[in-house]
Amino acid sequence: MSLHDVSKSLRDVPGLPLAQDGGPVFAEPWQAEAFAMTVRLHERGVFSWSEWAEVLSQELYRPGRCADGSDYYECWVAALSRILSELSIVRGDDLERATKAWQRAAEATPHGKPIVLENDPLGKGAA
Amino acid sequence: MHDHDNHDHHHHGNEFSDMQARVKALETLLTAKGLIDPKAIDAIVETYETKIGPRNGARVVAKAWADAEFAQWLKDDATAAIASLGYTGRQGEHMRAVFNTPETHNLVVCTLCSCYPWSVLGLPPVWYKAPAYRSRAVIDPRGVLAEFGLALPEGQAIRVWDSTAELRYLVIPERPEGTEGFSEEQLAELVSRDAMIGTAIALEAA
Repeated sequence: MSLHDVSKSLRDVPGLPLAQDGGPVFAEPWQAEAFAMTVRLHERGVFSWSEWAEVLSQELYRPGRCADGSDYYECWVAALSRILSELSIVRGDDLERATKAWQRAAEATPHGKPIVLENDPLGKGAA
Repeated sequence: MHDHDNHDHHHHGNEFSDMQARVKALETLLTAKGLIDPKAIDAIVETYETKIGPRNGARVVAKAWADAEFAQWLKDDATAAIASLGYTGRQGEHMRAVFNTPETHNLVVCTLCSCYPWSVLGLPPVWYKAPAYRSRAVIDPRGVLAEFGLALPEGQAIRVWDSTAELRYLVIPERPEGTEGFSEEQLAELVSRDAMIGTAIALEAA
C-alpha cells in the first residue's frame, strides 16, 4: 500500500488534524513516529484500517479529553498500545518496562550524544 | 506532562517526556519482533515532515526583514517575539535568533530531535538527527556546508550553535538583494527550512 492509499484511508480516521493538502499535521516528532508506525503495521497486515479507526475512536471519545483536541496524538498512542496488547503483540507490562528504560536512558545520556537504549543504567533494555 | 522542565536546575543530560519514551518503547518492541524497520518509519516521517513547518519560521524571518522594530525584539527576546506571532513550543523552551551578517554565517546543530524548534521549523530532517551531522559540523562546518551545496565567501566566519533542551536557535538569513517592496508573504517564500538551520541561505528573488 502506498502513501497515496494511506492518504485516502486517512479520511476514515476520526478527527485527524490535516494540513491544507490533506496530509497529517504533527506538532512533535513522536507524533509523526507513532503515526508512521501505525501506517507500517497496517501495511504489514497486522490490523485493518477500520479496526484501527474503531480502537482510535474509542480513545478519542473517552471523557476528559482536552477541549482543544491538543491531546489527539496522546489518544493515538493509547490506541496503538491497546490494539497491540489486544492482538497479543506487545504486552502492557513489557511496554511499561521499555518506556521506563528509555526514560532512564535519556536521563543518563549527556547532552550532544544520541540517546540510545544501551545508556539505560539498569541495562535491562526492552527485553 | 512536561513538569520536569519547570524545576530551576540545569540538566546536563536529557529527558524524554512520557510520550517520547512510550513511542520509542513501542518502536523498540516492534522492531525486535520484526514488525517494523526504523528506516521505513523514518521514510514515512520524512514524507510528512514539512507539514507543520517550516512555514511558521519563514514568517518570523520575513517579518524580521520587513519590520526593524520586530527584528530588534527578535534579537533581544526571541521567545517573546516569536510567541507574539502565535508560535509557542509546548515545552516552554527558550528561543534565540541568530542573525547572519556579511561577516558571520550561523549554523545550528544538535543530535537530539528534542532540541529542535518544532514550533517554528516543524519536524527535524533525518540528517539533522544523524550523529555524523553534528560531529562533522563542529569540526568542519565549511566542508559540511559544501556538501549542502553552499559555498560561503572566504572571509565569512561560520559560527556553530549547539541547541539544548532549554535553548533552541533560529538562524535569520540575510535578506536577499532586490527584494525591496516585497510583501511579508513574498519574502517568506524565499526562506527555506535549511536556511533557518544554516545549511542554506535565503533564495534569490525571482
